[in-house]
Amino acid sequence: MTNALDVSDLHVTIAGSHVLQGVSIEVPVGGVTALLGRNGVGKTTTLRALLGLVASTGAISVLGTDVRGWSTHRIVRLGVGYVPEDRDVFAGLTVAENLRLAERVDEPRYDEVYAIFPELRERTRQRAGTLSGGQQQMVSIARALLNGWPLLLVDEPSKGLAPRLVSELADALERVATLATVLLVEQNLALVRRLAQRIVVLDHGEVVHVGDAHELDDPELAKRFLGVTGVR
Amino acid sequence: MNVFLALTFSGVALGAVYFLAASGLSLIYGLMDILNFAHGLFMTLGAYAAWDVASHLPASWGAPLLFAIAIVASILGGALAAGLTEVVIIRPLYGRPIGQILVTIGLDLAVVGLLLGGFGSNSLSVPVPLWLIEASHVGGLSLPNSDFVALIAGAVVLVSLELFLRKTRYGITIRAGVENRDMVSALGINVGRAFTLVFVIGGAMAGLAGLLYAVVFSGDLISPTQGDSLLIFAFIVVVIGGLGSIRGSAVAALAVGLVQDYTNFYLGSHPGMAEIGNLSVVLLLAVVLEWRPRGLFGSTL
Repeated sequence: MTNALDVSDLHVTIAGSHVLQGVSIEVPVGGVTALLGRNGVGKTTTLRALLGLVASTGAISVLGTDVRGWSTHRIVRLGVGYVPEDRDVFAGLTVAENLRLAERVDEPRYDEVYAIFPELRERTRQRAGTLSGGQQQMVSIARALLNGWPLLLVDEPSKGLAPRLVSELADALERVATLATVLLVEQNLALVRRLAQRIVVLDHGEVVHVGDAHELDDPELAKRFLGVTGVR
Repeated sequence: MNVFLALTFSGVALGAVYFLAASGLSLIYGLMDILNFAHGLFMTLGAYAAWDVASHLPASWGAPLLFAIAIVASILGGALAAGLTEVVIIRPLYGRPIGQILVTIGLDLAVVGLLLGGFGSNSLSVPVPLWLIEASHVGGLSLPNSDFVALIAGAVVLVSLELFLRKTRYGITIRAGVENRDMVSALGINVGRAFTLVFVIGGAMAGLAGLLYAVVFSGDLISPTQGDSLLIFAFIVVVIGGLGSIRGSAVAALAVGLVQDYTNFYLGSHPGMAEIGNLSVVLLLAVVLEWRPRGLFGSTL
């Protein structure tokens, strides 16, 4: 079986700075693969490069298709949902409009989405800009789920959320992970430990470790690669 | 009092034309970050399309029908010019804003030059029905019929544009794109199509503005450089209203039209004050920017 994602020797240069220096990642179909690393090592850039949102060199295969040189909307239409860092909901649009814009299939899965985020059903007419951070995250994830696509790229979903919301989010993401293959960028190691089966660690624009999520129980590894002392 | 009311009416009509000229400019900037200096050209080409069609059809068709056709021609002419400009000239320069500015300036200069060569620098007269030059008497006021036409056109366009932006999928895409273009493509939407659409809509409104400006304010005369002078006011309206905001453009266009009309009438007749109307508009711009640097309606649509 081919991998959901095959990236090899990915290089990205932004404004003269060599952000990704030959990143290679394999994401097998099913489950959650976590992309870890300190701030600024290129995790978000990696996701953006996969989607063609930043120019890159190297080979990228998404769901078995070579997408080098493709524009973003074509890559997404292969079946990729994207939950960006900072959520990026359209603040001036209502929740319903945000979701409507994400519809790419004839029968969008609103039932599935509302089963995971019942709160959104009551807020369809509310402007997304007036939602709380947690609610905006729901909209952002809902947009990515709506088409029942096989691959989701999720960037720091817990960023800026209160601890109580993070645990609700974890419940939701756990259900999401049963529906699609997930590549998760996340700083909250407890969340990673709960959701992910595999970890890929980036440092200075390169992959420095690939392994099993259980390894995060080893405080030495967490300290060495992530600059934190064990699972919080 | 009557004078004031009549002035207000003509100021609103002027505002309606400014709105038509500015709203497309505002949408284009909001969605694509392009300062489109060719927008005045779309106005001029709309007016010339109207003139060309109306003056070559048989007069026996009757002035009202010819004028109706002229209006359609101005809209189509502006839309076609803008659509071609986007596809042929702007598209290869995505992500190069300076290049886009320069190329739109160059296009404007070149085509205006061609118009001057082809049609001469003399103004051409658009055939209009007699009633358009007459005035209606409403409650003791004598109001030019052409002002009514401008007003109705502005109102119809404002309402349709709002409905389009709020109710249709393309409209929602454009509003979302004004906020965050990358995220729109990350939802699998071909933003390039929205770009072309925005240019076509903006060009259509500009073309209509070009014709109406001639009919309402310059005695049915059109000239190759009329769009460029209108463009200056359109830019001022866009900046006052807030880049990317249609409502902002509508409010700002009214304000600019009224201020210009009042000052022209009350102060413009004094010696040395002939340009006071234009000056007052620039002062209005300065005051608004001092108070709200992002314009009246910021960057929301």
